[in-house]
Amino acid sequence: MTGNREPRDAPCPRDGSRREFLKNLGVGGVATIAGTGVALAAPNLGGDALADAWSDFFQDHYQRMTPEELANALARIERRARRRFGVDIRCEDTPPLDGVVFGYALNISKCRGYRECVEGCVRENNPGRDSQVQYIRVLEIDRGTMNLEGSDHYYDPETVPRPGKFYLPVQCMQCDDPPCVKSCPVEATWKEPDGIVVIDYDWCIGCRYCMAACPYWARHFNWTDPWIPPAEINPVTNYLGNRPRAKGVTEKCHFCTQRTRKGRQPACQEACPTGARIFGNLLDPTSEIRYVLENKTVFRLKEELGTDPKFWYFTD
Amino acid sequence: MPFLHFLRDGLKAMFSGGRSYWMWVGVLGVLVGFGAWNYAHQLDRGLVVTGMSDQVSWGLYIANFTFLVGIAASAVLLVIPAYIFNRPAIKDVVLFGDGIAVAAVAMAMMFVLADLGRPDRVWHALPYLGRFNWPASLLAWDMVVLSGYLLLNIAIPAYILYCHYRNREPNLRFYFPLIVVAIFWAISIHTVTAFLLSSNPARPFWHTALLGPRFIASAFASGPALIILVFQLIRRVTAYPVQQEVIRTLAWIMAVAMQINLFFVVAELFTDFYNEGTHAASIRYLFLGLHGFDSLKPWIWTAMILNLIAVIILTIHPLRNSMPWLNTACVAGFVGIWIEKGMGLVLPGFIPTPLGEIFEYTPTGTEIAVAIGIWATGILIFTLLAKGSIPMKLGRLRHGRPQEKSH
Repeated sequence: MTGNREPRDAPCPRDGSRREFLKNLGVGGVATIAGTGVALAAPNLGGDALADAWSDFFQDHYQRMTPEELANALARIERRARRRFGVDIRCEDTPPLDGVVFGYALNISKCRGYRECVEGCVRENNPGRDSQVQYIRVLEIDRGTMNLEGSDHYYDPETVPRPGKFYLPVQCMQCDDPPCVKSCPVEATWKEPDGIVVIDYDWCIGCRYCMAACPYWARHFNWTDPWIPPAEINPVTNYLGNRPRAKGVTEKCHFCTQRTRKGRQPACQEACPTGARIFGNLLDPTSEIRYVLENKTVFRLKEELGTDPKFWYFTD
Repeated sequence: MPFLHFLRDGLKAMFSGGRSYWMWVGVLGVLVGFGAWNYAHQLDRGLVVTGMSDQVSWGLYIANFTFLVGIAASAVLLVIPAYIFNRPAIKDVVLFGDGIAVAAVAMAMMFVLADLGRPDRVWHALPYLGRFNWPASLLAWDMVVLSGYLLLNIAIPAYILYCHYRNREPNLRFYFPLIVVAIFWAISIHTVTAFLLSSNPARPFWHTALLGPRFIASAFASGPALIILVFQLIRRVTAYPVQQEVIRTLAWIMAVAMQINLFFVVAELFTDFYNEGTHAASIRYLFLGLHGFDSLKPWIWTAMILNLIAVIILTIHPLRNSMPWLNTACVAGFVGIWIEKGMGLVLPGFIPTPLGEIFEYTPTGTEIAVAIGIWATGILIFTLLAKGSIPMKLGRLRHGRPQEKSH
């Protein structure tokens, strides 16, 4: 419940009048009451749930919320997690860093198909466990081809790597010209200043047009109310990141906004035992990722589609 | 207050009828309720109750949506001869075309709504209150053109019926501009729906410039098929005369459209298979099966055979002019195109996935039940609209004069 920053976009007059309109509906009043309830502590859970549902319904788009509305939204997210999972989480709104655009490079010759990145990602990002949403998919491909159609998504041998195979991890490429953003009818997904394509899970209407538009199969849908065993919940969360999601909305890799915007590595990079993953600031000429891009022969998956991915592959 | 009287009398006409009428409405009502009950189950549990998955993220709902937008657009095939070529026989029945368009657009909208993960948030798409990603998003375009088309197809017939009701001649100079707008609008709704799919390079199966023309051609085949059948039904169960000339014109349009549509299918098959690349994987999956997966194969071949039967019947003049043969062609063409541009078009776009995974889709009972409910709602809408407008059209229902007995 910390509104720890100024809103990025000053509300324009149009939004101001809209807010007036909503206030006239009495929504502002309810939001204030809900907020006060938290401030005074000793919340009645039943009452909270009802007021929260009401405020959730009228919650504005992330980019249009005032600092106060955002603080209330974050508090509601924390209360929701407590009600659903019995776990105290902390949900922040972590702003992008100035002068940073994130990029990723992956050394295919080092990837050995362990899928540690997949597991690290799941531990970090609170996807539903029953729904088995995973942001990273590692493809096992026969050496000598790059045809994805022949790849095995569910390889499960005793030991990896298997002879004659190579491994290609695929996740959201954080395209610079993202077709998913273009397709969304309600602007529930957009590219942040640090180049990360994010989703306002509370604004998504669940039409799944973005999933049809994505050439990397990076977007996943919550077909059911996602369940996470309470012991496995990562309580350190971000609004545009790993906070628990609801039924009926889309989600995807967000380069671990809750970590990377605080100078930490993304969870997949931290989990990778082979050092195949290079993550960093594309605007920093001294960064490792810049070194890779300038000195290695890199390629991007489906570059011909013109989406300008910020995820590169290279080999030793 | 004559307009309020018009609405009141119209509603009264809708809800008065004989025993067979009420049985028909009752059956539809039960099906609507059946669909609603299943939809409530889907709302409660989430879209997990459908057969859709991250791999095949659109299914039966969006398939019906694309098909129904075509049906809605094909109402223009009555509007053009009625108003541009001034064919009186067609002018007499153009209202029913508008009625079919209203019902079809309503169904298309309901199918999109049923497909949403968060229908409680549809208001996010309202301009001003929500955030509407127009003009970037093709889905936003679709919402605009569909709502506009719905309004046009309510406004124009309402005006004409109201004039009948007031016993005066509709002023063509007043509504002709709207007719012209509606003609272009009809083409636009189906073009936008095609662009919604063809704009995605991520899905090579849809990403073809032929999709727009193909949609129009198949719409102008399936639409008349339905209208011909509905007109015969109207002729049989109501006092409303539908002249044979109307049916002949529609059958002729359908014949040409079916031929063009089949040619487009052949063009797609040739282009994809002559030098077959990975982009042809979806069409191979659809027609021949891929790596042992072929659940759509029987469907598409059924569709091809039905379409071929329809084309042959429609092309041979004596057959086309015989009602039993024509009706066979209409049923075959309608079902064939429903398969071909519904499930046969939407599903292969997702198979294989952009990462090459093959995961098949089968609709669940819940999905089928919701779809039945929506179709029943659409048929109910058309029934009520036709029931309300026929006495006005026939001059039985006039302002200030109680309705004469009808059956």
